[in-house]
Amino acid sequence: MTPPAPPVTDPDDDPDDDPDDVRRTLEAVWRMEAAKVTAVVARVVGDIGLAEDLAQDAFLQALEQWPRDGLPDKPGAWLTATARRRAIDRIRRDVNLRDKLQQVGHAEELRAADLAEAGFDRALEDIDDDVLGLVFAACHPVLTAQARISLTLRMIGGLTTREIARAFLTTESTIGQRISRAKKALRADGVTIEVPSGADLPPRLASVLEVVYLIFNEGYAATSGRDWVRGDLMEEAIRLGRVLAALAPQEPEVHGLVALMEIQASRTRARMAADGSPVLLLDQDRTRWDWSLIRHALGALDRATQLSGIPGPYVLQAAIAACHARARTPDETDWARIVTLYDELARVRPSPVVDLNRAVAMAYAAGPGPALAVVDRLVESGSLADYHLLPSVRGDLLRKLGREEEAREEFRRAAAMTDNAAERRLLLERAGDDGPVDP
Amino acid sequence: MRYLIIVPGGPETESDTIGTEQQLADMQSYQEELLRAGVYVDGQGLHPTAKGALVSFEDDEWVVTDGPFAEAKEIIAGFSVIDVSSREEALEWVKRWPRSCAPGPGQALELRQIYAPEDFDEQLSPELRERERALREAAARQAAQG
Repeated sequence: MTPPAPPVTDPDDDPDDDPDDVRRTLEAVWRMEAAKVTAVVARVVGDIGLAEDLAQDAFLQALEQWPRDGLPDKPGAWLTATARRRAIDRIRRDVNLRDKLQQVGHAEELRAADLAEAGFDRALEDIDDDVLGLVFAACHPVLTAQARISLTLRMIGGLTTREIARAFLTTESTIGQRISRAKKALRADGVTIEVPSGADLPPRLASVLEVVYLIFNEGYAATSGRDWVRGDLMEEAIRLGRVLAALAPQEPEVHGLVALMEIQASRTRARMAADGSPVLLLDQDRTRWDWSLIRHALGALDRATQLSGIPGPYVLQAAIAACHARARTPDETDWARIVTLYDELARVRPSPVVDLNRAVAMAYAAGPGPALAVVDRLVESGSLADYHLLPSVRGDLLRKLGREEEAREEFRRAAAMTDNAAERRLLLERAGDDGPVDP
Repeated sequence: MRYLIIVPGGPETESDTIGTEQQLADMQSYQEELLRAGVYVDGQGLHPTAKGALVSFEDDEWVVTDGPFAEAKEIIAGFSVIDVSSREEALEWVKRWPRSCAPGPGQALELRQIYAPEDFDEQLSPELRERERALREAAARQAAQG
């Protein structure tokens, strides 16, 4: 027998050199590094919009060079170093920027570029604070919700404009314009990457958490169109939440939000039947829930409640979701506890939607009669006139009370109010179905 | 998707020391970095094989061989679990493993993807699938209560 021939090394076979592999690696590295690269540059140039431009330049340079020259040894460090070099070049060339840096105290004299070099070294030491500060800036209340979402996905999540556009079922130019307007707005308002403190912190933190949860919900339930779940956005939101929990571990609401998202995400595979139709929470096969996510979520909720004085809205919503996760079967659900938690939620964040959910829990804890009285008061107030779940819940309660004709009428009304095709089908089924009552 | 990073052992992990101060500090920094990136799931080190055992099944019987089994070909000294969005990202994290804890010559960190619940949808029979899920559910409940 002849020994096997030694493997022939063909440079074309090296996986590191395959342009497609390199591009995929770059995209993965960029998702890991975008926030850090942008934050460090923002710290030094003092302008978040410019920092984002420079970080994108570094990404584009990598997109050009890496597939041609192969992967650098330390891809993350390469990106930071490239953005840094571009920033310094820009500072050397741009007199206005130099003046501005001097005004904000970054540099006292014309050797701004040298001082910027030193600034980079300092910024790299405080990278965690800078990243956290960048998150706060991307979610600044001066921006519209849509702008905050796009900017956060781009600067913190490292998503490309195309990826964001695809996730939100819109065009690249729409997202591009949204991001560039947002950057202008941050500049006009003089927003920096300082982490807010004192009385500024609670509203700013609330704005950050809102953005993360909006991203999650966009993935969880598309409000229109045919996809019921766009999972990538859910994963991205959970990742953002976990990053925040690591950077701001003392904030109970951050852990609460992580727990809430994880429990909701754990139901992804159970909330849709094989034919694509939605399955309501109490009808879901609980063995199909993702129990490793639930486990992590209950741990996060524990951390939140250990920190908390008065539980905030995310901690309370997570606690409600956890009541369902802890019940082996729907019958074992602790509805009385859920009603109490909704009472607390209604106190910290009053909303007719919370009142409606509380009424649903009441129906299980105290029966459909008292719950219907609450729902009727909501109908009278007119506050949820456009919300399809109001007639849907009312239909449920009427059906439980044996008022079948009225119940069907409500389901039909609800079906006409939703844009989600899967949901509409479910509601129409319930309007026409004399079969077993859906809890 | 979740990945397991398997850390190979050698003479130094077989001694009773848990590593130099530098290695421990580097490993801690690495795990902190994983945490801040939102990808950390777990990470543990293993005692020397002297405290373990090999259990084989021969002639219809369990045969226990007490450690150490350093002469065995591959020893595991520890593991990390990360939750990332792509194989490329997982590889990138492996490449950032602290240099001071890098495997010796001829050894390698091993990256393996962990099966997710949806992987079972295709492979297991419906009955086994339900049992598998019931098991995971029970384990998670136990962990949540404890």
